Amino acid sequence: MDESISITVNGEARQSGSATVAGLVRELGLKPEKVAVELNGEIAPRSTLENVGLRDGDVLEIVHFVGGG
Amino acid sequence: MYWRSSISWAAADTGLLPLPPIVDTAWDMTEMPNIQTDPATDDSWEVAGRRFTSRLIVGTGKYKDFAQNAAAVEASGAEIVTVAVRRVNVSDPNQPVLMDYIDPKKITYLPNTAGCYTAEDAIRTLRLAREAGGWDLVKLEVLGEARTLYPDMRETLKATEVLVGEGFKPMVYCLDDPIAAKQLEEAGAVAIMPLGAPIGSGLGIQNKVTIRLIVEGAGVPVLVDAGVGTASEAAEAMELGCDGVLMNTAIAEAKDPIRMARAMKHGVIAGREAYLAGRMPTRKYADPSSPLAGLI
Repeated sequence: MDESISITVNGEARQSGSATVAGLVRELGLKPEKVAVELNGEIAPRSTLENVGLRDGDVLEIVHFVGGG
Repeated sequence: MYWRSSISWAAADTGLLPLPPIVDTAWDMTEMPNIQTDPATDDSWEVAGRRFTSRLIVGTGKYKDFAQNAAAVEASGAEIVTVAVRRVNVSDPNQPVLMDYIDPKKITYLPNTAGCYTAEDAIRTLRLAREAGGWDLVKLEVLGEARTLYPDMRETLKATEVLVGEGFKPMVYCLDDPIAAKQLEEAGAVAIMPLGAPIGSGLGIQNKVTIRLIVEGAGVPVLVDAGVGTASEAAEAMELGCDGVLMNTAIAEAKDPIRMARAMKHGVIAGREAYLAGRMPTRKYADPSSPLAGLI
């Protein structure tokens, strides 16, 4: 993909050149198998991350497990 | 028998003791613990179809670092750890993560909803957790206010119903309220987890009566979740008949967390064994252990 799109990741606006959600996760330096992704308020199942396309204006939440009680 | 009954009433009448003597609760219970196998060799417990040996569940928050956290989990003997779900740090993706230190293939991760104040937020968090980990066993907590971190039981019950409908197996943090506990169980909670005292307070079990009533009424495991501060209090929870204890701060904020983790492991085992053994009745006065006959 040549042109970048504007998206929001974890509340911050950013540009991405990735075509898919999995591509974005890797672009951010993360491993898709260690995170969960919510795309525009809906869970993006991990098995589909390679196939789910990114569109201009998408809002993503990328989470993982941290220490907690 | 004369002594037993008179002691019971005397103790209750004085109002000095917070509880009737324990003999009344442990010995007069209509249902004694249902142990099928030799408890000395097998005292495992089951939640949502999964079997565990350790009755101690530990949190993974507030530790100095991941290494100390992992060592404490190891020392505690816990097979389940609670974890929180949070946004990844996009600006620094290479910092160490919990999974690098505590292997989710060896230790069961129990995702929580800490910090959620509505059913909606808790459900959203656990949907993400299921996607991140691929499991349905979760800890639900819906908080009512930041000062006490008391659960909002209306939202908690609502969330339990929705989660169960979506196939989750929620272990539910709740008030030490026997009626609310029953309602959660009816809604499909796989474990009832009443607070012993406010989260992180270390005040110990404030109301042993309500914890015991919840245990007696429950058809699913009951775990004291929150409030335990030291090993004797973990033992106390187990002596009341709880199936387990969940804690974080008591270990993480001890001067030596790893040693305290070990202490908690032993406290839980001691309390469980004492519960199964059935404690002696209490007496108002002394009763010599050596024979009176044959005194020189």
